[in-house]
Amino acid sequence: MQDSPDPGDRRDAVCVVGAGASGLTAVKNLLEMGFLVDCYERETSVGGAWNWRHDRSPVFASTHLITSRPLTEFPDFPMPDTWPDYPHHSQVLDYLERYAKHFRLGEQIWYGMEVVSAVPAADGFWDVTIQSTGGGSSRVQRYAAIVVANGHNWSPLKPEIPGEFRGQVMHAGAYKDPAKLRGRKVLVVGGGNTGCDIAVEAAQQASQVWHSTRRGYWYAPKYLLGRPADQVYSWSRRLPARLREWLHRRLLRLHTGDLTRFGVPAPDHRPSEAHPVVTSQLPYYLGHGKITAVPDVTRFDGAAVELADGSRIEPDLVITATGYTPRFDFLEPALLDSDEDGRPDLHLHAFARRHPTLAVIGLLQPDAGLFPLAHWQSVAVARWLRLRLTDPARATAIQQKESTRPLASWSRRRVVPTRRHWFEVDHVDYLRSLESLLRQMEPAK
Amino acid sequence: MSDLLRFTDWTRPVPPADREVVTLLPDDDEGHPPVLFVPGMGHGAWAFAEQWLGHTAGRGYPAHALTPRSGGDLRSQVHDVIQVAASLPRQTVLVGHGVGALVVARALGRYPARAAVLVSPVLDGWAALGAALRVNPAGAVPALFGGRLRLNARQLFSPEMPADRAQEYLARIDARPRRRDLIARTPPPRPVGRPPTLVVGSPDDRVVRRKALDRAAAEYGGAPLLFPGMGHYLMLEDGWTEPIDAILDWLGKQLS
Repeated sequence: MQDSPDPGDRRDAVCVVGAGASGLTAVKNLLEMGFLVDCYERETSVGGAWNWRHDRSPVFASTHLITSRPLTEFPDFPMPDTWPDYPHHSQVLDYLERYAKHFRLGEQIWYGMEVVSAVPAADGFWDVTIQSTGGGSSRVQRYAAIVVANGHNWSPLKPEIPGEFRGQVMHAGAYKDPAKLRGRKVLVVGGGNTGCDIAVEAAQQASQVWHSTRRGYWYAPKYLLGRPADQVYSWSRRLPARLREWLHRRLLRLHTGDLTRFGVPAPDHRPSEAHPVVTSQLPYYLGHGKITAVPDVTRFDGAAVELADGSRIEPDLVITATGYTPRFDFLEPALLDSDEDGRPDLHLHAFARRHPTLAVIGLLQPDAGLFPLAHWQSVAVARWLRLRLTDPARATAIQQKESTRPLASWSRRRVVPTRRHWFEVDHVDYLRSLESLLRQMEPAK
Repeated sequence: MSDLLRFTDWTRPVPPADREVVTLLPDDDEGHPPVLFVPGMGHGAWAFAEQWLGHTAGRGYPAHALTPRSGGDLRSQVHDVIQVAASLPRQTVLVGHGVGALVVARALGRYPARAAVLVSPVLDGWAALGAALRVNPAGAVPALFGGRLRLNARQLFSPEMPADRAQEYLARIDARPRRRDLIARTPPPRPVGRPPTLVVGSPDDRVVRRKALDRAAAEYGGAPLLFPGMGHYLMLEDGWTEPIDAILDWLGKQLS
C-alpha cells in the first residue's frame, strides 16, 4: 500500500541498494562526497555475501579468501596486518562490520527493507518502491540517483540435468557444513573455485568423491615461491604481456604440472582467458586417489548418474557448484540495456548508458579481490554525480568522451565463451580505465 | 605514482610489527572521534603521554599515542599509523609532530582521517637540515652521512625550559634520520576524504622555521596557528596547555 499519493521526497539523497561490501563502500564514498544517502538492505545486518548468518550467503564453514589480503582489502581501510594472507570468511564479515562502524554507515542503512522497483522520473530522478522483506506495506520515495549494489552471488544457477535422481541434489549455495559429506558418496559438479573447494572438502570427509568438470582449467596454487600467488602475478605485471603469459604457463607447469593423467581434461584456453581457479589441494587429493575426475554429467537415471563418456556412477549426494546469476528484478531490463540473457551492458560495467543517475557497483569478476574495485567504482560514481550538479557542461563532455572508449580497453574480451565470463575483468586494466575517468573528473585546483 | 595501482603494496606488503600504543580514554564516551598522536623522529609515545594525552582525554576525546616501529622507513611508519587508525572504532583525527607530521601527511593520502593537525611539521627534509646546520652544525654534519643527529637544548626548547628537564628529554631523544626519507622531496599526496587540516607551530622554533610553517599551511589552504616564544616541542614546553587547547577548540569547531 502506498501511503501517500505524492512520493516521499528525498530529492537530494541517493538510494543505495544493498549493504554488502559493494553497498557499504558506495555509501561511504557518497557520504564523503557530501551526499545524503539511504541504503536499503533486505537482511538484518551488513555483509551481503559474507554475512553467513542468512540463507542466501554462499559461504560455507571453511570458506577462505582466494585472493590475498593486500589485493582484497579496501584501499583506504586496511585489514589488520596480523591477519593471515588468506583470511577466513568470518574475518571478512568482521572486517566489513568494522568498516561500517568506523565510517558510521549504519545510520544510513535501513535493514529488513527491500527495493521492489525503481522507475525513472523526470530530470534524472528515480521513484523507488521499498517494502519490508517479509512483505507488508510499501512506500515510494523519490531519489536524485540510484546506486545498485545487490551482489551477484546469491541467485543460484542450477544446471538442467534430464532424468530422475533418487539421491540428493543440492546447489553449492545451500552447502554449509562438511558434516553433510561424512561417509557418503559425493559427486561435485563444477570446476570453478567453489567446486574445487567443495571437492577438496569432500575428499577429507566423504567415502568416495567424483569431481565432474566440463572443460580443463588452469589450477593455480595459493602460494608460489613462498608468496601468495596473486602477489607474484601482480609483480609480473611489470613484464611485457607475452613474457608474462609465458612465465605464468611456466610457473603453473612447474608447480601444478600436467593433470591429464588423473583424467582431468587439458585446458583449452590460455591461463589469462578464464577466471582464475585457485586451489592448492585439488591436485594433491587427485594424486591420493581421494578424488576421481570425471567428465560432464549428461543424465540422471534412478540411483545412477550418467556421464559424457557413457559411464555410470552412483553417488548419494550431488552438489552442483555451477555458479550464480546476477539479478536485477526491480529494474526494467532496458534501463541497464540488458540482453535477452539478462546481462546488462554498462559502461565500465558500472554506468548505465542512457541513465546518468543509475549505476551498478561490484558487478565484476576480477582476477584479484573485488573490494578495491568496488571502492574505486564508488569514488567514480560519487564524483560523477557531484560533477553533474556542479558542472553539467563538463559532465556531458566527459560522458561523450567516455562513450567512445573501446570496450577492449577495460573489459576482458578474450575469455572462454561461457555464460559466467561476461563480466570478467583484468584488475590492472580495469583500474587504469577508472583512473583515467577519475582524472577527467578531478576538481579544478 | 598511481593511487589506484599500488604494486608495491600488493607485492611487498609491509610486514607486521609490534607497535606501542598508549591510550587514555575519557570517563564518558561523548561520541567524539579518537585522536591519534604521532611522534616525530627519535622520540616515542611518551612525549605525548607527558601532558597532551591526559588533557585530550580530559576534554572528552579518546586519546592514543603511537610509537612507530624502530628502524622503520617512512613507508612502514605510514603503514603503522593507518593500521592503528583503522583499528579504532571511529574515524580518527591524526595529529603528527615534527617528522611525525610528514608521516601523517602521507597517511592522509591513504586513509580518510576525520581531521588532521600538523604540529611543527618537518615536511621538507632539506629545509630542516638547513636549519639544523645553521643552529648546530657540529650536531648535524654526521647526520648527512647517515649518523646520529645530535641535538642540543638550545635548538629544541625555548629558553624558559628548566635545564634539568631539557637535559632529561634530550637524553631520551635519539634521532637517526634515514637519509633517503630526509631528502626525498615528493610533495605530500592530496588527502582523501577532504579532512580539515590545521598547521600549528612556533615562530621561534629553531627546527622548523616560520617560512616552512607558512609553506606547510598554504599547502593545506590555510595559515599556521602560531605560539610565539615556544620551541619545537610544543607538547613538552611549560606552556603546553595553550596549543593543545587551541587544537581541541579548532577540532570541536570542525566537528560541529
